[in-house]
Amino acid sequence: MRKEVPLIITFLAGTFFIADYFIPHSGFSKMAESVNGWTIIVIAFSYILGVANVARVNLDQIQKGSKDKFYKIILLVCLFFMSIAGIVWGIQGGSVFDWFFLNVYYPMQSTMFALLAFYIASAAFRAFRIRSIQAALLAITAVLVMIGRVPVGEAIWKDFSIFSEWIMNVPQLAGKRAILIGAALGAISTGLKVIAGLERTHLGQD
Amino acid sequence: MKVDDYLVRRGLRKFKRIRAWAFAAVIWLWQSLSVLAQESPLPQSGSTSDFRWFDTHRWNVFLALVIIFFLIIYFIEKAKQGKNLFVRRIAGLDAIEEAVGRATEMGKPILYVPGIDDMNNIQTVASMIILGNVARMVAQYDTPLIVPLRMPFVLPVAEEAVKQGYMAAGRPDAFQKDNIRFISDEQFAYAAGVNGIMLRERPAANLLLGSFFAESLVLAETGFSTGAIQVAGTANIHQLPFFVVACDYTLIGEELFAASAYLSKEPKLLGALKGSDYAKAIILLALIIGAILMSFNIDWFKNWFFVE
Repeated sequence: MRKEVPLIITFLAGTFFIADYFIPHSGFSKMAESVNGWTIIVIAFSYILGVANVARVNLDQIQKGSKDKFYKIILLVCLFFMSIAGIVWGIQGGSVFDWFFLNVYYPMQSTMFALLAFYIASAAFRAFRIRSIQAALLAITAVLVMIGRVPVGEAIWKDFSIFSEWIMNVPQLAGKRAILIGAALGAISTGLKVIAGLERTHLGQD
Repeated sequence: MKVDDYLVRRGLRKFKRIRAWAFAAVIWLWQSLSVLAQESPLPQSGSTSDFRWFDTHRWNVFLALVIIFFLIIYFIEKAKQGKNLFVRRIAGLDAIEEAVGRATEMGKPILYVPGIDDMNNIQTVASMIILGNVARMVAQYDTPLIVPLRMPFVLPVAEEAVKQGYMAAGRPDAFQKDNIRFISDEQFAYAAGVNGIMLRERPAANLLLGSFFAESLVLAETGFSTGAIQVAGTANIHQLPFFVVACDYTLIGEELFAASAYLSKEPKLLGALKGSDYAKAIILLALIIGAILMSFNIDWFKNWFFVE
């Protein structure tokens, strides 16, 4: 029963939502909406699991006297402070929660996102090193597209931007769509395998 | 006699459980039919209610799904009969075993990042399946496997996948629950948390397999800076270039979904993989026919594929 029950639930839920795509009946759609509502409720409860996991893992590290214990303490204090602030004073604009969110969390998130610019620069530097024919093709194409997208490109050749757009819309898009078709088929195949119970790796061995 | 009594009691308990499930299923079906019956049988003028039981505008999608399903079933049967199904070598998947071996030699952990999407994304499902296989591999070598998660709903699934992997390898004692960690459901807080693990615990191998977005390069570049061997894979096309640049091996699109069959070599899964390959061949053929017909301004074939 340990494996059969999850397999039956997966099969029923999977076929139900596939059927929902093909059955436009209002009653059936209403039923699907209601099942989707259950999903949201289950996901909401899973946050309790998440918080419990964070608390357990970090408290354990603090008790063991790990060298990063100060970070763990800060994490737990912030976690519980924000939870309490949200529950007691609400999360509306002007609340304590909102103030900390806008003045502490928001700038930190922006900082992480801004780091991406430096990571792109270092990754691009490595990508454009010409070590093979493929790398040379990549570098040349990238340079052509970049020149085509800045004003100096049109100063060199008036149709540079059109050429650059052609690279993006024809060879680039063709490759991208090929990957997309393959990925979509892989997704369908994986979905069908899980629904039909052929894929059971996540449930353990037979 | 005692053994017989025990078996009878056990059988009865099992029967009662099955009966309870069947009862629950009947109640659910009954409630569902009641919802349908509550609908007015005749549409009112100006009503948005729909009483069709099949969307005829989507027959082509239905047909495609049926064809793909039967191809998969056909090749699974072939595989079961012992037919040798060739699957091309996927360097990225071979590299996973290499990465596990390297981490074991160095005595360092392996970091498995299953993307940042929830379980409703098929890439996360595929990633959990690969995680099960990786856990089985890792358990044999007794190397720690760290799995940081963004969505709490993925947490029990990841725990179960890893635990089952360890059990399948005959090492349930080696499973460490604390290594499956929920970090944060905020994208960049999660990225910062994973970067912290990379920099503090210095894993020897980073496996980034699943659905990634803007954090992909932040993770991959940090992993690169720590000198870890990196295997990445995603079907999110816009993140693929970042992984190709910053990782040692990248699974591109469909290769992520082929991983389970490739790693387990199970005939049933290889058959399913072959089936989807043939579906791809049919799509390729349709593309060629469509391109030729459209070149002559004949559009009925293209219109077959139009979905409302």
